Amino acid sequence: MLLHRLTHMVSCKEATRLISQSEERRFSLGERIKLRLHLAACTACARFERQLAFMRDAMSRYRK
Amino acid sequence: MDSDPFAAELESHRRYLTRVAQLQLRDRDAAEDVVQDTLFAALTGRDGFSGRSSLKTWLTGILKHKIVDAIRRKQRQPIIASTFDEEVDLEDFDPLFRDDGGWATPPAEWGDPESALSRREFFDMLDFCLEQLPPNTARVFMMREVMELDTAEICKELTITANNLWVILYRARMALRQCLEQNWFSGQARS
Ligand SMILES: [Zn+2]
Repeated sequence: MLLHRLTHMVSCKEATRLISQSEERRFSLGERIKLRLHLAACTACARFERQLAFMRDAMSRYRK
Repeated sequence: MDSDPFAAELESHRRYLTRVAQLQLRDRDAAEDVVQDTLFAALTGRDGFSGRSSLKTWLTGILKHKIVDAIRRKQRQPIIASTFDEEVDLEDFDPLFRDDGGWATPPAEWGDPESALSRREFFDMLDFCLEQLPPNTARVFMMREVMELDTAEICKELTITANNLWVILYRARMALRQCLEQNWFSGQARS
């Protein structure tokens, strides 16, 4: 139950915001932990994180 | 001018530069103007091209300054602030998520997305998806991802807060992700 509470400290909606913001700003330790715990338990958001990383890569090729 | 191979090489990048400028300025004439300025500056300043970066990267660097100047000039007419508010205001309604913050439609599996990077059609689709973004959202996204301006620079140029910037970039990425998923990764286009 503790694990469930920890991984649900942020919702998927909040997690996606944090994933996007991680490209723009440094996180506090607390934010990093919250996000990592969520990603460890949520396959949808982990997939979302990989897709944003891919998009970033695609945009950098668009540039070149 | 057409006997000059350097000029001809510059000319070959006109289409790309115009596309980038058009996405940021959303104004065909203004885009053509900044590209013209860029190519002229490149032609007269060719000694500044070291050959260490690609010509395209060098041109994009010049274009970046021309676009920032053009946006700065345009900003004297205060259109941007109000449209920004409209675009950012949509914040609370988000059909992608349920009321409890869980995904309404979770992201689909994209398979092996890297293989798309070698396909020209993929970049045409990326262009299409960028064009679907609301104008200011696209402008901010391009400043960040193509011009590689940092957060503070963009906020200063557009006089928006960092928080607004994060929201705009988030919206841009969500919309772009969805567009690519629907139009490219949904199966048929991939094979
Ligand atoms: Zn999640």
